[in-house]
Parts: sequence; structure tokens; C-alpha cells
Amino acid sequence: MKQTISVLVENRAGVLNRITGLFSRRAFNIESLAVGVTDDPTVSRITIIVDSGNSVVEQVEKQLNKLIEVIKVRTLNEHSLIGRELILIKVNANNKTRQDIMTICNICGAKADDITPTSMTLELSATKEKVDTFESLMRPFSILEVARTGVIAIQKGSGKI
Amino acid sequence: MNGAQALIESLRRENVTHMFGYAGATICPVVDALLAAPEIGYTLVRTEQNAGHMASGYARVSGKAGVCMVTSGPGATNLLTGIATAYMDSIPMVAITGQVPSSLLGRDIFQEVDITGAAAPFTKHSYLVKDADELPRIVKEAFHIASTGRPGPVLIDIPIDIQEQELKAFSYPETVNIRGYRPSVKGNDLQIKRVVKAIGEAKQPLICAGGGVWLADAKEELRTLVERLDVPMVKTMMGLSLLPSDHPLNMGMIGAHGNRCANKALVKSDLLIMVGCRAADRTILSPDEIQRRMSIVHIDVDPAEIGKNMQAAVPLVGNIKVILNQLLAQEITVADAPEWKAMLRELRREEVTREFPRREGSVFPGTVMRELGRMLDDDAVVCADVGQNQIFACKYLPQKNGRFLTTGGLGTMGYSLPAAVGVKTALPDRQTVVICGDGSFQMEMNELAAVRAAGHDIKIVLFRNHNLGLVRQIQTLPPYHGAFGVSLDGSPDFAAIAGAYGVPALELSDENRLSETLGAFLQTPGPCLLICEVSPDVSTTD
Repeated sequence: MKQTISVLVENRAGVLNRITGLFSRRAFNIESLAVGVTDDPTVSRITIIVDSGNSVVEQVEKQLNKLIEVIKVRTLNEHSLIGRELILIKVNANNKTRQDIMTICNICGAKADDITPTSMTLELSATKEKVDTFESLMRPFSILEVARTGVIAIQKGSGKI
Repeated sequence: MNGAQALIESLRRENVTHMFGYAGATICPVVDALLAAPEIGYTLVRTEQNAGHMASGYARVSGKAGVCMVTSGPGATNLLTGIATAYMDSIPMVAITGQVPSSLLGRDIFQEVDITGAAAPFTKHSYLVKDADELPRIVKEAFHIASTGRPGPVLIDIPIDIQEQELKAFSYPETVNIRGYRPSVKGNDLQIKRVVKAIGEAKQPLICAGGGVWLADAKEELRTLVERLDVPMVKTMMGLSLLPSDHPLNMGMIGAHGNRCANKALVKSDLLIMVGCRAADRTILSPDEIQRRMSIVHIDVDPAEIGKNMQAAVPLVGNIKVILNQLLAQEITVADAPEWKAMLRELRREEVTREFPRREGSVFPGTVMRELGRMLDDDAVVCADVGQNQIFACKYLPQKNGRFLTTGGLGTMGYSLPAAVGVKTALPDRQTVVICGDGSFQMEMNELAAVRAAGHDIKIVLFRNHNLGLVRQIQTLPPYHGAFGVSLDGSPDFAAIAGAYGVPALELSDENRLSETLGAFLQTPGPCLLICEVSPDVSTTD
């Protein structure tokens, strides 16, 4: 089962290294990892998606908590979280295909960031599943390049972790 | 005041009175500052790994974090095994390494290695110091982290330019404030009640105690609880000396190499109360099987230990000393299980009195252990190495009210002698005995120099079977096809080696002369080596 773990850490050099080192050392698999600073410049938030059973996720949480630079760890409730991923995708496009690509973009809520006579670069921010679908819909047009951020997530409601 | 002087002043504030180390170019400013601090003792090791082991032995008997210090590059990488050993046994330690100038970090210059990176998997925390003004805070935090919660090694890597940097002002912090580090102390009251209930409902409860009890300095509390509940107790390798061997509730050591009686108790009990132990593979062979059969109460300071190897029905997290006191304040009723206790007592008696095999021209290690234990002081410290010698010591050395130190976690050969040096440094008047094999002794015999230099009275029992005995034992069983690469051909005359260091040696190959030889050995003033001839065919299951 995919689970989203949100980790608040000290915003310091080497911290990400400790986190990823812990995952590899303890043989936990990371599906996705995204990191960025929070409203407090001394704190970063790392969003990690793991695909494991509950006991493994509990162990991941406990081991993360043991790291001195980890301030808080919380496994987010799947049913009430907002999870988003950003994709930038460059596809082959010409006079014949451009209209079809734009139709898909309109349906999916993606927009065009760059356009050339032979290509288009598109942007979509959505759930991981929608991003996956969008990417697969672009595949027939021949994808030149893809960059994805990994999922960032936050719990719905007024509470914070 | 420069960084090096600030470091030494900080160590002084932490009441550090001894360091184990090996100097080198990038740590010279610190060594120079030590010159002006004669109240901090210093032991020069003969290889850096042993600085870690000495600090470990020192920490384990003094209750203070051990401190070791080495230079950058190879000095630091040599120390890694010492750090890893301490990490696996949760020993409080502060390791200080010199580093190349910070402006040259990452350029692969002479004796540069990323030691905080290399040590990350087995340090509780580490610091690469970037500014000398941060040193007082870092040292304060390092000692706090190393010695609280689940203890462990903390590494401070200090580039030489930081050691030489002048501080703006030296001020040592009174308190530590790390927002990501708040170890649990008190046990949850509700969980305490659940433990009491679980014990009350059990018919054949069993306590299993490990090294965590020592780390929390909770031996007395544990013993009081065990006696008050009148519940049999088994121990892990790290908890061996928690209860004297002849205590009526002591059932010995569990595990792959443990006592038959203890393992039987483990299988037959219906409630296992684990105190400060982690159910690793050598201790509990089939955790799934155990937890299917019985209910488990798991008391530990590290929440991550609970549910890592076994799922506990009742987890209880906190400082073991505090929790045991919480439990002692409770009214606990236990089922009187006379048959259960009588059965275990009988099994124990059989094991303790059983006849050991005899072989002409050699001694059986179990026989030596039994007699040695009988002759040792009540509070003696025994440091056992790794291999057959360790297993025999664990199984058959009678424990009294002293300490039994070995590396149960990492199983690092060459631990015993340097650990004993650490013990003697902390407790100069305590009888201290090393038990090792001819394999492990050759990994540590260079430290006879440290023994001699300090004049430590350390007695070394060396079991010589001319082989890496435990590996050989494994190789002779399926799926393997026979001994290979385990013969210690080319080993020196150990008596001559000891003699070269000015340490007298005795030899023993006849069990009829056992008591007399052990007596002479223990009465020899100063250090002494006893070489016991053992048949290569001896197995720990004999």
C-alpha cells in the first residue's frame, strides 16, 4: 500500500543524506521523495512515498524519529490529504498534432509553457495518478523529455503536523 | 582561546578525565592543547580501532561516555570498527577526529576521508565542525546525545583550521536544546497497568533481560523486581552479569549459543517480559514462532526496537530504571507456578553440574571457565572476545556480582584486551580478566604495549586451539564441506611474545593442574598471560 510520510527536518547541509542513507541501510524502498523549505527557514519538509505494509511504515517512522535532525514525522491519512506532483514534459509537435495535444491538455488541465515548430513543453500539477495518465496520453506523440518533482502533500483541514 | 583549547576546556566541563587516542598531523592542535591539561589522562593505543574499544570498556564500567581521538584519513577509518562496535552495543562514546583544512574539503588531499559520511550508518549522530565558536555547543550536545536515551557513539570531525581558529568568546552552555531529540523517560501509566495485568494473567511468566538494563544502571531495580515477583529470569549475552549464576531464579543465557535451560524456559513460558533487549537473530532464533506461542511485554528506551524483530502485545517505552521503579511501586500478583519453577531449576542443575569431556594433553574451555569463575573476586570484570572463547565464557563462566563485557552486537574480534585496558583505566583496583582465543589475541596483542605502559594488572586467559575455532566448527557442518582457511599456522610462541613485552606467561595443558595453575596465574603480580592448550576438535556444543 502506498503511504505518504511527511517529515519536518532541520534545514541544514547533510540532513537529506542522513534520511536517504537510512532508507537504503534499512532496506526501505522510496517511491518518491520531494524536499523544500517551509515557512520557517530553519525547517524543511520532506515528503516521502513508500509502498510497504503498515509494520514497515511504522518502523520507517520510528527510525526517522531517531535521527537527531528530524523534528517531526507523520504518516498522512490517505483519505484526507492533498498530494500534488508537477510534471514538465516536452513532446514532438507539428501542425498536424498540435491541436490534438492541446485538446488533451485542456481536458487534463495542463498548459503549454513553450512552443517551437517541432515541439511543445507542457506543464501539469495534479495528483500522481493524473500526472501518470497525462504522461501516458502524451506518449503517442513521442516524448522528448520528462521532469517530475515527486509528490508533495499536506493534510486537509486546519491542523498541522 | 583557539578551537583546540575550546575543545579541551569543553571536555573538562563534561568531567572527562581520560582519553584514548592516536595522534596525527590533523589533530596536532588538540594534542598540543592536551599538553596543557595534565588532569586529562591519555592512553596511546597501538592501532586506532582499539581507541574505540578502550573507550567502550571505560564507558561500560564508569557509566560515563568514553572519549577517543584520532587523526584524519586512515586514523579515522581505522577507528570505524571501534565506533560500529560501540553503536551495536549502544555504548556512550564521543569520538573526535582531526580533518583536513575546511577550505580543502572535498579535494581528496593527503589523509582526507569523508568520515562523517562513512560513519553515518553506525553513529547516533555526527558533527563536521565549520566554526570554532560552535565547539562548546557541539561538545555539550555530543555528550548529551551519546549518554541519554539509547546511548551510542557520537562523532565530532574537526578540520585543523577550525582547531586553530581563535574563538570570539568561550562560553559553555548550561543546557541542551535540540528540538528533534527528546528521549522518553517515564513509562506510560496506562501501559504500566497493562503490564501488571499481563503478569497477573500469566501462568508461566519469564523475564528476559539484556544490555539495556546495564545502560540504564538498573541492575538493582531489576533484581528487586525479579525477586519480588519470584519469576525466573533468562539473559541475553549483553545482560549476562545482571544476576549471579547461582541465583535460584537465574536460568542462564538464551540464544543460538545459549544454555539449554534458558532456551527451554523461553519456549515453554506463556509471557515473555523483555527488558532492555532487542531479540536479534542470535538471541531469538525464530521470533515469529515465539510470538505466536506467547504474549510479549517489551520494555525498552528505544521505541524503534519494539516491533522491529518481534511484535509486542504490550510495548512500554522509557528509561528502564524509571520504568522498573514505576513497576516496583505497583501491586503485582503473580501466579505461583511451582511445577514450572521446579522444572527449570532441575534443568539448570543438570546443566551446571554436568561433566565436561576430557582430552589428554589439552583442557576443555568449559572446565577452565567453571574453575576460573569460582576463583575470581566477587566483583571482578571479565572481558570476553569473540569466537568459541566467548561462547564458552557465556555458557559456563559463573557470574558473581561483577561485570561481563563482550561485544554481543557486532562480534568484533580483538575487543577483549583493549576493552580491559579501558576497564582498568576507570577502575584501577578492580580484578580484570581477559578471555580470548589465539585468533582474537593476534588481533589485539599489540595493546600489550598499552598494558605495559600503564602497568595495568590485567590477566589474560588465551585458549589456543591453533584454529579459528568457531568458524571451523561451522565449516564442519552442512552445507559446508570441511575446514578451510582457519588454521592459524605461523602463529608465534605467545609466551615469547608476552615475554618480549615484559609480561610473564604460564601454560596449561593438563586439567589435573588446573586449580594450581589458575591460582598461580591470578596471584602473579601485574599482567600475566595464561596459555591454555585446547583441542581443535572441541565444539561449543560439546
